[in-house]
Amino acid sequence: MTSPLEQKKIRIAGPSVVTANRTWDGIVVYRTAAKSWSAELSEAAIVRNSDEAKALLAEAVADDVGAIGPYIAPVQIGDDGKVLPGNLREQIRRTGVTIGQPAQV
Amino acid sequence: MYAYDEIDRTLVNERVSEFRDQVKRRLSGELTEDEFKILRLQNGVYLQLHAYMFRVAIPYGTLATNQMRALAHVARKYDRGYGHFTTRQNIQFNWIKLAELPDALEDLAKVGIHAMQTSGNNMRNVTSDQWAGVAPGEIEDPRIWSELIRQHTTLHPEFSFLPRKFKIAITASDHDRAAIKIHDIGLRLIKNEKGETGFEVLVGGGLGRTPFIAKTIKHFVHGRDILSYIEAILRVYNQYGRRDNIYKARIKILVHELGIEKFSREVEDEWQHIRNSSLQLDDEVIEDIRSRFTYPAYEKLPHMPDELRQAAADPDFEAWRKNSVAPHKVQGYSIVTISLKPTGGPPGDATAEQMDALADLADKYSFGEIRVGHEQNLALPHVAKRDLPALWKALDKLGLATPNVNLITDIIACPGLDYCSLANARSIPIAQELTRRFANHELANLIGRLHINISGCINACGHHHVGHIGILGVEKNGEEVYQITIGGRADENAALGTLIGPGVKFDEVADVVEDIVEAYLALRERPEELFMDTVKRLGVEPFKERVYATR
Ligand code: HEM
Ligand code: SF4
Repeated sequence: MTSPLEQKKIRIAGPSVVTANRTWDGIVVYRTAAKSWSAELSEAAIVRNSDEAKALLAEAVADDVGAIGPYIAPVQIGDDGKVLPGNLREQIRRTGVTIGQPAQV
Repeated sequence: MYAYDEIDRTLVNERVSEFRDQVKRRLSGELTEDEFKILRLQNGVYLQLHAYMFRVAIPYGTLATNQMRALAHVARKYDRGYGHFTTRQNIQFNWIKLAELPDALEDLAKVGIHAMQTSGNNMRNVTSDQWAGVAPGEIEDPRIWSELIRQHTTLHPEFSFLPRKFKIAITASDHDRAAIKIHDIGLRLIKNEKGETGFEVLVGGGLGRTPFIAKTIKHFVHGRDILSYIEAILRVYNQYGRRDNIYKARIKILVHELGIEKFSREVEDEWQHIRNSSLQLDDEVIEDIRSRFTYPAYEKLPHMPDELRQAAADPDFEAWRKNSVAPHKVQGYSIVTISLKPTGGPPGDATAEQMDALADLADKYSFGEIRVGHEQNLALPHVAKRDLPALWKALDKLGLATPNVNLITDIIACPGLDYCSLANARSIPIAQELTRRFANHELANLIGRLHINISGCINACGHHHVGHIGILGVEKNGEEVYQITIGGRADENAALGTLIGPGVKFDEVADVVEDIVEAYLALRERPEELFMDTVKRLGVEPFKERVYATR
């Protein structure tokens, strides 16, 4: 996964969302259509072309108190319409580490 | 142990209240993230994938038991019940909330722990041999000098805004446990012909995108001149250092581009201007710091107590003792390394319960002192040999007696894609799989000393370049791919590893390592020939053949 922090040009290949980390506690959040942030990927606003992506990102960047480090991340839309992370990095961000955490094992 | 003075305590407390105010202003929107970022980095706060990460300094790797308990408390109260010990004598907490950070910092400040100099483009915490002060044959306790340098460079304006971060490591033993050759400045404490204490100074080591092994810039700098000499190096670096290109701004690049001869001439010129200034250390100042490091009141104990002789009949105890227990400078005592590399576990992690229990054991068996080393393990530096069997039993109950120190499962791995926002690939699950593959300790002992290092991207936090087997995660077409090197080492004969061939997939890494190990076992001339020596004797070819013949 090339780190999206190196994302320079906005070019999207498929459905995407804007994601960031919530400022006060750092958890992963997604930009919603209601101009807010949600911890649920299912509530994320989906963009499908570069103009939409740019607009959503600009709006997210402006809300610097809400969340930090926003960027565009790919998603996959399942046959049932369910939104899934588009790559391993985003999957890990959504579901957590792929390893047992010591305090839980 | 080291006793902090009033000035340190005041400074640490001031930083906490300053940061509390900054966090408040950030959360209210008064400060933007752009403005705040540099402030949080100055206090050890990064942003990772799922959360903020909080990095706390453990200067020269020495922890008192009340400090260890404070770390356990932070893990429990503000995080998810564990912490991660890193290769730079730090501990990281992975799930900390920004809003609670000032409280965590305040709790740590009460026991003299802080997060200064753990991030940002400044002088980072000066690291040292984790056996400092107890290793037999050491010239002098290197922490005395680490502390002198720390005091001089902490928050010193000239060192707070460098072109890039800057790391110094010190060793005082022939065997380098502080990896000084991969630091910006490496210092080896030595004595000259007159018996005076000073340093061999190395410069320009570092890993990352462009790895270099440090070169010797001066064979002997007298102890009293060490601050001025370091300052001279930093001045030359500050003059030339390329602030325009983040990848080129490390001192290793400058040394490489100028050449060590020219670089050392420039440093020498600069040094002549400043060496007789106030930077020269008075004997009293050195003595003052020396006197603040105190050592336990050791007893006069036999070399081979009965307890140890009896326990030797237990093969499990012996397996642990052979790999974990090292000679101490005082007869009747040992240094005990505590493996944070259990089979199937993430390297370097410790739970709050383990930290607390370890603090109790250190109080009971190690004069209240714990050490943190760069291999992501801990150590108890002053254990009476007669207590070894009891200590072993207690450690075993805590899951802290894996008998694998320095063996193939004693893996150094960075957080990788499970935690780190810069990662290309995962590191920890690779390490976990390898510890399962080689979980048989007889096999691991048969293989002997073999260090595996894993990084999830080219920043090389897992020191993959200097692993006997190095594993670097990269990304290819959206997939995790791993490049394997062999023949690196981080000790006094530091060398960079050689790539054996094309990268392999996540699922194949453990198989490839098994192939390399099998090839080694078949190729070694005798059981004492270590992996490193076989690679040195034969080069990478036979290993390459073995790995790629069937792939
Ligand atoms: C997940 C959080 C981390 C981040 C974001 C991070 C970031 C970085 C970056 C960007 C560099 C390269 C800097 C440069 O070349 O100037 C670096 C180097 C380094 N990191 Fe980390 N790191 C993290 C965790 C760790 C951990 C857990 C360890 C210890 C196990 C570690 C140890 C090191 C070391 C020793 C280097 C220096 C390598 C060299 O000599 O160039 N880092 N880190
Ligand atoms: S090597 Fe890369 S992936 Fe690993 S911790 Fe460092 S920056 Fe993150």
